[in-house]
Amino acid sequence: MTPPPAQSATLGANGMPVPSEEPRRPPVLSVGLLGWLRANLFSSWLNTAVTLVLAYFVISWALGLISWGVINAVWDVPGTGAQVDTSACRAIRGEGACWALIGEKYRFILFGLYPFDEQWRPALVVVIFVALYVVSAMRRFWNRWLGLVWIAALTVIGVLMWGGVFGLRFVEQERWGGLPITLILSTFGIAFAFPLSILVALGRRQTSMPAVKALCVVYIELIRGVPLISLLFMASVMFPLFLPEGMNIDKLLRAQVAIILFAAAYLAEVVRGGLQALPRGQYEAADALGLSYWQKTGFIVLPQALRLVIPPLVNTFIGMFKDTSLVLIIGIFDLLNTAKTSIIEPAWQGFGIEAYLFVSAIYFVFCFAMSKYSQDLEAEFNRHRRR
Amino acid sequence: MQQGTARAGEAPTVRSGVAAGAKPMIELINVNKWFGALHVLRDVNLSVSERERVVVCGPSGSGKSTMIRCINRLEQHQEGQIIVDGIELTDDLKNIDAIRREVGMVFQSFNLFPHLTILENCTLAPIWVRKMPKKEAEELAMEFLTRVRIPEQAQKYPGQLSGGQQQRVAIARALCMRPKIMLFDEPTSALDPEMIKEVLDVMVELAQSGMTMVVVTHEMGFARTVADRVVFMDRGEVVEVGAPTEFFGNPKSERLKTFLSQILGH
Ligand SMILES: Nc1ncnc2c1ncn2[C@@H]1O[C@H](COP(=O)(O)OP(=O)(O)OP(=O)(O)O)[C@@H](O)[C@H]1O
Ligand SMILES: [Mg+2]
Repeated sequence: MTPPPAQSATLGANGMPVPSEEPRRPPVLSVGLLGWLRANLFSSWLNTAVTLVLAYFVISWALGLISWGVINAVWDVPGTGAQVDTSACRAIRGEGACWALIGEKYRFILFGLYPFDEQWRPALVVVIFVALYVVSAMRRFWNRWLGLVWIAALTVIGVLMWGGVFGLRFVEQERWGGLPITLILSTFGIAFAFPLSILVALGRRQTSMPAVKALCVVYIELIRGVPLISLLFMASVMFPLFLPEGMNIDKLLRAQVAIILFAAAYLAEVVRGGLQALPRGQYEAADALGLSYWQKTGFIVLPQALRLVIPPLVNTFIGMFKDTSLVLIIGIFDLLNTAKTSIIEPAWQGFGIEAYLFVSAIYFVFCFAMSKYSQDLEAEFNRHRRR
Repeated sequence: MQQGTARAGEAPTVRSGVAAGAKPMIELINVNKWFGALHVLRDVNLSVSERERVVVCGPSGSGKSTMIRCINRLEQHQEGQIIVDGIELTDDLKNIDAIRREVGMVFQSFNLFPHLTILENCTLAPIWVRKMPKKEAEELAMEFLTRVRIPEQAQKYPGQLSGGQQQRVAIARALCMRPKIMLFDEPTSALDPEMIKEVLDVMVELAQSGMTMVVVTHEMGFARTVADRVVFMDRGEVVEVGAPTEFFGNPKSERLKTFLSQILGH
C-alpha cells in the first residue's frame, strides 16, 4: 500500500521517516462497545445464557421497583398531623410506596424534636457541616487557616444548636435530633479519634518507653475487645455513677467520648499498619540528617504511612459514620432513631421501608462521597510513584 | 580475640605515621558491640583525622556497616568510646543531635524520601535542623545538585530517577547539611555497572575538596586512588590498616591475603 501523498509530504518536510504504510485499524469487532460486549457477555453459549438470565432478573426487578416507587406510589395524602388520612397508602400496601410519609415527616426525621419554628438552625448547621467538608477536602486549603476555620465553624454550630445568645432561643440538648446529631457525632468523632489514634499507634511502637507502649497496647486491646454498644451503655449508665453528686455531663457528650475512644482504637491499628509498612531506611535517613523525633514523624513517617493506609482508614471512617446510629440504644435521636420514631404513630405504622429508604439515601450520599474522595486522594498522593 | 587486640593496638601507630599532627575527627577506642549474643564489633580502634579519606573493606558480615553506623548512632555501641569532632557519643540526646548535624551519611539503598521532590529532599534538614531560611536552603540545594550534575531534576520525585541519579541526590542531600564528615555505606553496591562510575566520580570530587570521608566499599579502584588509608575488617575486628600501596602490595595478615585474592582474583 502506498501512503497518501499529503501525509508523506509533511513527514518528509519534517525530516521524519516516511511510514511505509498507513496505520491499520483494529478489527471492528475487537474494540469499542461492540467488542466489549462480545468479549465479556457473549463470548460463549454458556456466557450468553448466563447474561440473558441475569438480564431478565435485573430488568424485571428494576421494572418492579419503578412501578412500586414511582408509578403506583402515593405522593400525598389528605390531612396532616393527627388528622392525617393514610387510607390511600394502606390500599396499595405492597404495590406502591407511600412517599406521603416522607412529605409529612421529613422535618421530624431530619431534625427530630428540635422546636419546629427554629428548625432553620439545624438546617443551617447541616449546610455548615457540608461546607466544612467540602473546604477541607480541597488540598489548596490545606494550611494553618483551615484549623481556624474549623474552630470557627464548630463554634457557630454550637451557638446555632444551643442558642441562648444573640437572641436565639435556648434549645436543650435533649431536643436535638436527626441529621445534625449524626453529623456532630461522626465529625467530632473523626476529628478527635484520628489524631488520638496516631498518637496511640506511635506510642505502641515506642520500644524505648515500655510504659507508654504497654499503656497503648492495653488501651487498644481493651477497647477493641468490647462492642461499641456496651461502651455506649457504660458511658450513659455507669459513668455518671462515678461522678460527684450534682455534676452531670451531657448525655450526647458522653456518647461522643465513647465513640471517639472506640474509633481511635480501631484507627490506631490501621495507622500502625502503615507505620510498619515503611522501610527502616526511611527512619535511618531521617535520623542521619539529624531530624528530631517529631520532625521525622511529621515530615517523613506519617505522610508516607498514612497515604499507604488511605483505603482502610476511609473504610473505618465510613464504618464509624454509620456506627453513630448505635446511640439510639441510649435514647439519643440520631438520624436512624428519628426515622424509626417517625412511623410510631398508628396512622403511619407499617411504612418502615419508605422511612428507612429515605435515611439510607442520606447515609449513602455521605458514605459514597467519602469513598469517592478517598479514591481521588489516593490517586493524587500516589502521583510521586508514577514515572 | 588475642590477635585482634594486638592488631588493634598497632592501629594508632600506623595512623599517626600517616597523618601526624592532624586533628582527629573520629576516634573509636576499644569499641565493642553485640547483637544479642552475637559479638559484631570486637575492640575496634580507629582514628580518622581531619580531611582524611578512609576506606573500609572486608567480607560480608564482618561488621563494616555496624561500625560506621555507630559513628552517627544509628547503632549503639555497648563498650568503649566513640568521639566525633571532640564530642563523645553517650546516651545524651544533645550530643547525638550535635554529632548527626556534623556527620552526613549515604546508604546503599539511597533512602531518599519518595514523597518529596528532589529539591525538598535536599532542603528539609537544612530548613528544620539548621533553621535556614527556605530560599537560602533552596539555593544551597541547587548548588549541590549542580555539583552532583543533576540540577535539572530538582522538581522530580525520587521514583522518577535512575539509581545512579538517586544516589547522587542522596550525596547532595547529605552535603546540604554542610557536614564535616561523610560516611558512605557501600554507596555503589545497589547500582548497575554503568551507573557506578557516575557516583564514584562525584565521590572522588568530594574527596578532592578535602572532605573527611569514611567509605565502606568493595570498589578497590576507588580505594587505591582516593584513600589515605584502607581498613580491613573481619569477624568484627580491625585486622589490618595501611596506606593503599602497602595494603594492596604487601598485605601482612593471612586473612587479608585471602580476602584480596578472592576479591581481586576475578
Ligand atoms: N539489627 C541487627 N540485628 C541482629 N544482627 C545484626 C543486625 N545488623 C547486623 N547484624 C549482624 O551483625 C553482623 C555484622 O553485620 P554488618 O551489617 O555490620 O556486616 P557488613 O560487614 O556490613 O556486611 P555486608 O558486607 O554484607 O554489608 C552480621 O553477622 C549481621 O548478620
Ligand atoms: Mg553492610
